[in-house]
Parts: sequence; structure tokens; C-alpha cells
Amino acid sequence: MTTALAEHRAPAHTVRPAQATSPRTTATVVTGIGVTAPNGLGTEAWWQAVLAGESGIRPLTRFDATRYPVRLAGEITGFVDADHLPSRLLPQTDRVTRLSLAAAKEALDDWGDDVAALPDYSAGVVTASSAGGFEFGQRELQALWSKGGQHVSAYQSFAWFYAVNTGQISIRHGLRGASGVVVSEQAGGLDALAQARRRIRKGSRLMISGGVDSALCPWGWAAHLAGGSMSTVTDPARAYLPFDPAAAGHIVGEGGALFVLENGTAAHARGARTYGTFAGYAATFDGPGTDRLADAARLALADAGLRPDEIDVVFADAAGTRDADRAEAAALSALFGPHGVPVTAPKTMTGRLLAGGAPLDVAAALLSLRDQVIPPTTGTRRPADDCPIDLVTAPRDGMRLRNALVLARGRGGFNSAAVLSQGPGPQ
Amino acid sequence: MDHLELDDLKTLLRECAGVEEGVDLDGDVLDVPFLALGYDSLALLQTTGRIERDYDVTLDEEGLDEAETPRDYLALINRALSARTAV
Repeated sequence: MTTALAEHRAPAHTVRPAQATSPRTTATVVTGIGVTAPNGLGTEAWWQAVLAGESGIRPLTRFDATRYPVRLAGEITGFVDADHLPSRLLPQTDRVTRLSLAAAKEALDDWGDDVAALPDYSAGVVTASSAGGFEFGQRELQALWSKGGQHVSAYQSFAWFYAVNTGQISIRHGLRGASGVVVSEQAGGLDALAQARRRIRKGSRLMISGGVDSALCPWGWAAHLAGGSMSTVTDPARAYLPFDPAAAGHIVGEGGALFVLENGTAAHARGARTYGTFAGYAATFDGPGTDRLADAARLALADAGLRPDEIDVVFADAAGTRDADRAEAAALSALFGPHGVPVTAPKTMTGRLLAGGAPLDVAAALLSLRDQVIPPTTGTRRPADDCPIDLVTAPRDGMRLRNALVLARGRGGFNSAAVLSQGPGPQ
Repeated sequence: MDHLELDDLKTLLRECAGVEEGVDLDGDVLDVPFLALGYDSLALLQTTGRIERDYDVTLDEEGLDEAETPRDYLALINRALSARTAV
């Protein structure tokens, strides 16, 4: 599940200050947000839950999990498919596509203009995916093996596929411009946004981008469990404790966020309300025994043209295993100094959302910049002594928040970092 | 069963592929092309698969490609069903 599809990831060495006068002078801004999360459906409902510290981690209800060693998940409840999708799409969509279509619709409604009025081929879609339509695939494989090929849905031909969310969003809203999908596990959400930014720089008028993921079915669960880093703690409040001395793995959730990205100049010209600028990005890959998360962060800052002391908050990857937490804390200490910057992980309220995780953090970062408040990490009360970070465990305000750094690591060695900045950025 | 009525087909289409927004499947649709009803080739493939399964019949693929309206489609299916009964 960690194969890069679509276009290649940007090698980190493409970050060159000499490009400062190229298309880079045009900012890519966010002008719409759509969220589906275990602790809130819709951007504002979710954001209020996050600030209130309300967790969406609870016992699984999607299937009978009593025979599995992990029975907790960040499951989205209260999402009525028929409220969000026409009946024509119901037989042909997996859960993950239904959630994606709902988030895309919210982002476009939030953006507010008439997408049909844009020039043809000027708007596209790039989403991240890490599993595709797993639940749909399981159902059809079961039909194949128990009843035979005639019982497999014709829609299996695409409903399982990694690119299906991109495709269905594109079809539903008539977005026929450059589109794609990026597959790099939990780092994918940032990689997709970076790909969308490249499309904007190449002239696309508007991009829908981000990621929504879901694989809460027995087949998906088996895959998650095989990863070996899920928490078997049964108390929802104590199961996922990144940076905590008692960290014992992570909880998996479903959901994520999608955004409308635009050329800053064009958005400014139409007087658009912007949530902020996608100001910096970089990706690195771990070598054998070499952790390169810090390099990704450093390169993303360089791409944004910012010094470490200009970053006001970090949204951590927060893997929730002792080794990975130590490595992330070390990366942050190397860049900002021990306890040098506020660090938060609101994903403690949702679990890790695969390709949807980093986009949800980007949404949180943008709303932090808007509301000038850092959302809390729940669960973990005090970081372990070997994780010297300033962990935000209650909503924190009263300081100036201009730039946020979002970190994401994908299983298999992917590291990605993004910088979100207040305002429309340089025009 | 050896005969498929328009109402049976509508029920199958609803179950297999849903109904396109803005389409009144309960209206006079017998001669409306499937594409105008919002049903693409995949929707018909899914529906055909269901009929072949439920009625234990094999339909002629080329004929299906040419059946552009519910009337054509029903005629094709009913020919196959009566041929099956005749055997």
C-alpha cells in the first residue's frame, strides 16, 4: 500500500532558493475546506469538537470486532449515505468514496463560486489514497469465492481503486483538468496537496485536493493489524498516547479533509476569503537506519522562505510508538531546540486516518491561524523525558500564530512536511 | 418467470444502478434512450448480470450493445427467456 502512483514525488533537492523569481512568486491559497472526521461531520462541527477535546475513538461498530486484538477505532458515526449522495452513486461507491464526495461538496460550497463557470479543463482533482475502496473490494471478493464471478458487481472494476475518489469527485463536479492520485500512506495527504500546488503553478485555475480514507472492514482490519503498530489498549482514553511514556501504538480511524486550492492572484482578484497559503512543502525518504523527517521539515521551511523561529506551531505526525515518537521529538529538537515550539496532535481524537490524516491536520492548522488558537492533544498529559517537546494539552491562545508546520510520516519511509501561512501570501 | 415487464426492469435498474437526479423513471420511459435516463454501459452491464443470474439465462452481448431503450432491451431479454422456456 505504499507505492507511488501518478507522478513521482518531488525530490527534496528541487528546493532551490534561486527559483524565488519563478512561478513560485504566485502563492497557492486555500479558499474552501471540507471535513469528515470521527469527532465531527463538517468543518465547523469538527473544529468545535477538536477545541473541546471531544474524541471520536470508540469501540468499532462497523463489524463484529470481538475476535480481533484491537476493537477501537476512530469511526465516523451518523453519516447517512443517502443524505450526501444521489441513489445513482450508491451501488458504485465504497465508504471511502462516499465520505470523499461529501467532503468535496462541502469544500466547493465553502469556496462558493460556480465551478461550472470556469473554463473547461482548468480545474482538477488530486487526492491521496492508501487503501482504495477496501470494504467494497472485500464484499466482491467474498461474492466471487462463495457464489461465483456472476455475483461480482460490475462496479468493482473501479470502486476499489486508489484513484476512485479523484475520479468520482471529478465526474460529479465536472472538473476535467489535470488530475491524479498519490499513494504514500500517511504522508500522502501532503504529497497530494503539493501535487495540486504544482498544477496551480502550471496554470490550473482551481484544484480540489487532500485526502479522505477508510478501511474499517475485516479485510482492512487484518491489513492494519499486520502493520504491527496498533495499540491493543482497550480504554479509548488511553489507547493512543503519542509522546507519552506509556505510548503503545496507534488507533486507526476514517475520514480526512479536502480543500479548494487556487492561484493566490486569481483568488485575490475576485476578493476571495482565504484560509491561508500552502507556503512550503518537501518530502524525503528514510534510508536504512537513517531517519530523514528533520530534513523534510527543514526543506519545507526553506521552500516557504521561513526561519525555524518563524514557525509558531507544529502539528506532529504523532505515530504513538516509543521509537517513532523519540525520532520525531529529536527531529523537532534539532530544528527548533528542546521545547522550542508548541507541538500538538489533535489526531489523538480521531486516530491515524491514513491518507486522510495529514489533510485533517492541515485543516486544523488553517483554522488555528484563522482563530489564533492551538487545538489540544488529548490523552497524553505529559510527554516522556526523552521527548523534549512543548506538547499542547489544552487549547492555547494569546500568542501570535502566523505559520504552522504539519509533519506526516508514511509506513515504509515516507516523510512529508508542509508549511501553512496566514493570509493570502505574496501576490 | 419467463417474461420481464417494464416495471420489473425499473425495479432492477433502481436496485442495480439507482436513479439519476432529474430523471423520472416512473414517467413514460419505454422509448427513452438509456443514456438520457442516466444509465451508462456499466449500469446496464450490472443490470444484465443480475438478470442472467436471477433468471438463469445467457444474453447475447452484441444484441445488448444495440439495445438503446428499455423497449429494445425488454424485447431482447424476453426473446431469450421464451427461447429458454421453449427448450
